[in-house]
Amino acid sequence: MDDHKHSDQANATHVVSYRHYALIWFGLLALTALTVSLAGIELGRWVIITALAIACIKSYLVLSIFMHLRYEDRVFRLFGTVAIVTLLIFLVMTFFDYAFH
Amino acid sequence: MWLFLFTELILFGGLFIVYAVYRFSHPDAFHLAAGELDTFVGTINTIILLTSSLTVAMSITAIQEGRKGFALTLVGITIVLALAFLVNKYFEWGHKFEVGIYPGSAELLAQPQGVILYFGLYFVMTGLHALHVVIGMVVLLYAFEGIRRGRINASSYVRLESGALYWHLVDIIWIFLFPLFYLLH
Repeated sequence: MDDHKHSDQANATHVVSYRHYALIWFGLLALTALTVSLAGIELGRWVIITALAIACIKSYLVLSIFMHLRYEDRVFRLFGTVAIVTLLIFLVMTFFDYAFH
Repeated sequence: MWLFLFTELILFGGLFIVYAVYRFSHPDAFHLAAGELDTFVGTINTIILLTSSLTVAMSITAIQEGRKGFALTLVGITIVLALAFLVNKYFEWGHKFEVGIYPGSAELLAQPQGVILYFGLYFVMTGLHALHVVIGMVVLLYAFEGIRRGRINASSYVRLESGALYWHLVDIIWIFLFPLFYLLH
């Protein structure tokens, strides 16, 4: 029980190590290298999908580690998800409207 | 702070939707125009922003550990990197202006409509992003001053945290702008 309490407190002021940050940074650079090198290859429709998928993974890394979302409480993370899902709904609805004009 | 970041998400999200619709209706022109942009400069700026995100994230760890000098150095590096990004952007835009590509130029208006739309979006979106970089620099300078004077310290660093969050948002927007404008051709 005590242990649980302790971990809750640790969450409130979570200190992320420099090493951990540096690793994420390496990951981000590697993904950048990947997306740049993929741009030269003719993949047809997949070009935009892979580029956006890589951008999403990079954003996820920045949001969860650099912006500490991973260490925030659940309600908070839910808000972030709702905001992003709302934006996606706007995007999808715009395209439905556009496609059936 | 997060609430403000959500409003920013909607602002840029709206522009990304405009981009998506125009790209959908003018696929060939967008391919052609995207080839005009310098991928190398774009890549350099991506690396600069990612690194600046790293240093500002590390500065929070430094302040939590009470290492004031190290935190100052890291925030300082972040500001310098932000400046480097803007200098790159300045030369990139400067080059575009030199070859006659700027909003409303005769050179650009002679192009197909899709190309005009592409560069219109390019200038609006990267311009708005550059404005955010400038604001981010001011916020980080404020945080730098706060750390120096001891107002931001190991027990009270919300202001540095907010500044860092804003800076990461600027980074995330660029993470999407970069492939959409520089790579998809």
